[in-house]
Amino acid sequence: MPALLEAKGLHAGYGPTHVLHGLDFAVEEGGVTALLGANGAGKTTTLRAVSGMVRTAGEILFRGERIDGKATEDVARRGIAHVPDGRGTFLELTVEENFRLGAYIRRDREIEADFQRLWEWFPRLRQRWRQQAGTLSGGEQQMLAIARALLLRPRLLLMDEPSFGLAPLIVEEIFGIMRRIRTESGVGILLVEQNANLALELADQAYLLETGRIVVSGPAEQIRRDEAIRRSYLGY
Amino acid sequence: MDGLAHQIIAGIATGGIYASVALALVMIYQATHHVNFAQGEMATLSTYIALSFIGAGFPYWIAFFATIIVSFAIGVAVERLLMRPVQHAPVLTHVGVFIGLLLIIGNLTGWIFGYTTKPFPSPFESEGLLLGGLVSAHELGSTAVTLAVLALVYLFFRHTRLGLAMRAAAYNPASARLVGIRVGWMLALGWGLAAAIGAVAGMMVAPVVFLEPTMMLGILLYAFAGALLGGIDNPMGAVLGGFTVGVLENLAGAYVVGTELKLTVALIIIIGVLVVRPSGLFGRVVLSRV
Repeated sequence: MPALLEAKGLHAGYGPTHVLHGLDFAVEEGGVTALLGANGAGKTTTLRAVSGMVRTAGEILFRGERIDGKATEDVARRGIAHVPDGRGTFLELTVEENFRLGAYIRRDREIEADFQRLWEWFPRLRQRWRQQAGTLSGGEQQMLAIARALLLRPRLLLMDEPSFGLAPLIVEEIFGIMRRIRTESGVGILLVEQNANLALELADQAYLLETGRIVVSGPAEQIRRDEAIRRSYLGY
Repeated sequence: MDGLAHQIIAGIATGGIYASVALALVMIYQATHHVNFAQGEMATLSTYIALSFIGAGFPYWIAFFATIIVSFAIGVAVERLLMRPVQHAPVLTHVGVFIGLLLIIGNLTGWIFGYTTKPFPSPFESEGLLLGGLVSAHELGSTAVTLAVLALVYLFFRHTRLGLAMRAAAYNPASARLVGIRVGWMLALGWGLAAAIGAVAGMMVAPVVFLEPTMMLGILLYAFAGALLGGIDNPMGAVLGGFTVGVLENLAGAYVVGTELKLTVALIIIIGVLVVRPSGLFGRVVLSRV
């Protein structure tokens, strides 16, 4: 069985700037893969490459099919939901409208049922149902971004720094939700995160990026226990 | 008093035309952040197309709806063929394309249909005035038509899936792509809708001002004043601004500056808004907390 997502010799960049220099990584069906590394290592660019938001070379396979070179909207339509940095919610629209847009490509009759399920996961979003998304707190906006992405009913979720700029309690809540996503929905997750400790707790596989190259990879558990890696790359 | 009431009602009738064109301007502005200078010329071309349908023997309302469909297609084609290739170009390129479009469509219209002024039929034929002599049948009818168009556009954007997708694509194209919206087509649809709205405005105003290739020139200026007054990024504001400019223009023409200087009112409003309150009366305020 092919991996859910597999990158082979992935290069990417913006204009003349070359950011990724041949990455190989995979996300298994229903698994969580963490991409770790310092600022500027190329983590966000990797997610953008998968989503077709930057120019790439090399192969990206989603469930065995090439998706590199496809338009962002077509990647989304195949079942890859991306929670980008800056969250990608529609600040001018209401929470309800953000939910509806999340399910934009779906034609099934279970959309309302999914709303109910997500209300249970994120009770605060239900309270703010008719409020403009721009008026939500940072944590609520991150929840809205995750809800919006899940409404696509994705096979793969790309998460860019879900803990960024949030208070520790909120971060704990968000990671609680991510654990729930992994156990209850069977969605594969490619997670980019500064908080290596949290990410390695959640992940099965981890890759360490340094200036656009993978320097360490392996089971998350093993990396977490490796004192040398922790000291030299993760800084804790 | 009757004179004043009549001036106000007539102002509302022309204001409806300005409101429609202002709405068309806002729709393209929201998607591209530029003002489509050719909006008026496109509406004039549509009105000539309507006249051709009527001349070919079609009943008025069939010609009316056929014109809307053809205009929609022209709007989509303009976006796909002319705007799309320059979508990442700098502002001046867009301005250049809009001015080119203005000249090309204007002259094409004159070349195909001639430069002589032509009468255009009104579907609301009746001699004399209604409502105790306050309003003509055409004023009443055209106001009803513009209000119906505005209501339909509002319902479309508020309550349909496609309308929501178009708003999302205008506000945040990158995020819209992430939920699977085909942003390029949403822009093309916006152009189509703007052209269709402009077509209705053209057909409603032509019986009053008569049809000639530069018919919409002044109207575009009033509409632009209305859109700016209401807030160029706010559809509802632009519509209210359009009606306000219509009434102000009529009153100023009747009581203050006379009909020859009416257009100055629009220019004063444009400059006044830009100096005093560039976002307009109802300009969009995005609440955001960081």
